[in-house]
Amino acid sequence: MPVENELTIQPIPSAPGPDAPPAIRVKDLHKSFRIPTQRVDSLKERAVHPFATREHRELHALNGISFEIRQGEFFGIVGRNGSGKSTLLKLLASIYRADSGSIEIAGRLAPFIELGVGFNHDLTARENVVLNGVMMGLTPREMRRRLDAVIDFAELREFADLKLKNYSSGMMVRLAFSVMMEADADVLLIDEVLAVGDASFQQKCADAFHQMKAEGKTIVLVTHEMGAVDAYCHRAMLLSDGDIKHAGDPAEVSREYLKLNFASELNSELEKTIPAEENEPGEGADLAGLRIVDEEGEETQTVEMGDPIHLEAEIELLRPVPGLHVGLVVANADDVSMFELSVPIRSKDGDNIKGRKVTVSATIQNPLSPGRHFIHCGIQSPFGVSVFRSKAATFVVFGTHPSKGIIAPEHEYEYVIEGEDDL
Amino acid sequence: MSVDAPPTPTAGLGLQRVSGPSALGGGPRRFFDLLWLMSVTEFKRVYFGTVLGYLWSLIRPLLLFSVLLLVFTKVFHVGGTLVEHYPVMLLMGIVLFTFFQEATSNSVTSVVAQEGVVRKTQFPRLVIPLATVLTATFNLLLNLIVVLIFVLAFGVSPVWTWLLFPIALLFLFALTGAVAMALSVLYVRFRDVAIIWTVVAQVLLYVTPILYPVNAFNNPTYERLLMINPLAVIFSSIRIWVLHEADAPTPVHSAGGWLGLLPAAAIFLGTLAYGAWIFRREAPRIAEEL
Repeated sequence: MPVENELTIQPIPSAPGPDAPPAIRVKDLHKSFRIPTQRVDSLKERAVHPFATREHRELHALNGISFEIRQGEFFGIVGRNGSGKSTLLKLLASIYRADSGSIEIAGRLAPFIELGVGFNHDLTARENVVLNGVMMGLTPREMRRRLDAVIDFAELREFADLKLKNYSSGMMVRLAFSVMMEADADVLLIDEVLAVGDASFQQKCADAFHQMKAEGKTIVLVTHEMGAVDAYCHRAMLLSDGDIKHAGDPAEVSREYLKLNFASELNSELEKTIPAEENEPGEGADLAGLRIVDEEGEETQTVEMGDPIHLEAEIELLRPVPGLHVGLVVANADDVSMFELSVPIRSKDGDNIKGRKVTVSATIQNPLSPGRHFIHCGIQSPFGVSVFRSKAATFVVFGTHPSKGIIAPEHEYEYVIEGEDDL
Repeated sequence: MSVDAPPTPTAGLGLQRVSGPSALGGGPRRFFDLLWLMSVTEFKRVYFGTVLGYLWSLIRPLLLFSVLLLVFTKVFHVGGTLVEHYPVMLLMGIVLFTFFQEATSNSVTSVVAQEGVVRKTQFPRLVIPLATVLTATFNLLLNLIVVLIFVLAFGVSPVWTWLLFPIALLFLFALTGAVAMALSVLYVRFRDVAIIWTVVAQVLLYVTPILYPVNAFNNPTYERLLMINPLAVIFSSIRIWVLHEADAPTPVHSAGGWLGLLPAAAIFLGTLAYGAWIFRREAPRIAEEL
């Protein structure tokens, strides 16, 4: 490799080895919240019912989790809402106190929690920046020295003396993000920030992330965006109901997350909200069932991007039908028909099918983009059968990367960079 | 240099146990930096955000002073006979009590008002109520300059006992701080604290010898009862030390001997202990209760 080029290339840091010193060590961490069923908010109620047992239920946010994050690692934490990830972050940031278990952290920590580090809206941007820096453990003098850098990074020079209550939410987040960047902490805790600001500011954040990664900072990222987990994280962890469901390779974790997410989403309310549209009464034939199955033949409602779609349709025939034809149309969420699968059914005894039940199994190559899809089913015969079932089944295609367009065809590519040897 | 080299981790960082939020914690330097910064910014916010600025903090006690002076000297004829420097005593009492009232009643909502900061960052929680006390102290110091002018203008000559005045102030600060700590965390749980405290503060104004001298009742029992209030002891001492009137009774005299001051001392120390205890107990959970 030509040496002179190396300085301009930013080294892409690989994950620190298992022998790297730990930055965060969490052991058997428990946290639960008492949620009073009836909140006693006034002294009067206390005084009137002094011995009333205040009823409350225990909400277990974290059930004894243990993990270790190494120094220089970019670590992702994913989980559905209510999985305990925000609680974990607040425990790491010393905002909540753990019920039991221990947290150890090496060095200074800068939290960035829930959009906005915690600003006082009656103060100006400048005052807030200094105050926040001191909260993160810098001296006021040091923070005043960095004030200009913070304001410039946030691109808020004209608004530096404006009170924060007059800021837009985007401006506030930009400021918060800049403070965190300039706080020069050893460990950064980041919660849902990748959608900060406009496109150019997002690019700036992405660059900053890469730089922090290159500098060997330890970063803990909590996000819903699986693309970010894939792009930045060395390792990741999936939380579900206060337990670690999966930890390790970010790609695997984000796959698990999407599976978990869509599975439960479908099983709950969405299934009810999208009822199969009433079909016309079948004249001699009816669709008894249509389902998506996985490789083991178990019913599923999610298909990973690129994986083949397995379908099973059951058709009930009420009388002998000649020339039966089953059509399956796959449509996306906007009801754009993607393609049709045509299955002509012929009996061994000739065209006329006497049997009562026909089962159609199909495997379809999956070029679909991530998102919800529906299957419409039509059963036809030139001799008086015409059944059409709209949205007879639904499934979600999931992928770690969002993809533009309605299909995502498989593809291969290669490229050559001038001056570089072939690998 | 290899492109794949793992980043060098920030060297020499040992793991340290993190125990969650607390009243103090995070080192004394950060505590005082934060306390100072929060008080100063709050002071600036109040006095540079309004047209008349600092004058407001002066106008309020001065107006109260003028009205009370009129009522008590012209209507009730309190001054004159019992107190040599009634107007000065009145003004000084009002300024000092305004400090106590302002600091404590602002502290009630202070933690809840800072909700955004409390729920998102880790810092010694004690800073919040103490910052409201410190902000009120800035006001007090400015107002004391005006009091000093009055004191001199009314012909009170400086004496060595003026040096004792800061000691009395320290007692007042300690009491105010303890009350502020307790109120700020109690309010998180019980919202009636705000209303209760306005009433209590009002009562305290009347059971402290501010509008009237201690011996106004001409009844030793009432005087002794008054001296149960630690604020009364502090205010009487200040009056003696600053105005050095020949016939003003000392707190010890009013209380009927040193033993009579024991209840006040007990209440004072009890308030300090309770404030520290309740704040310490509640501080780790404030973010969850909000």
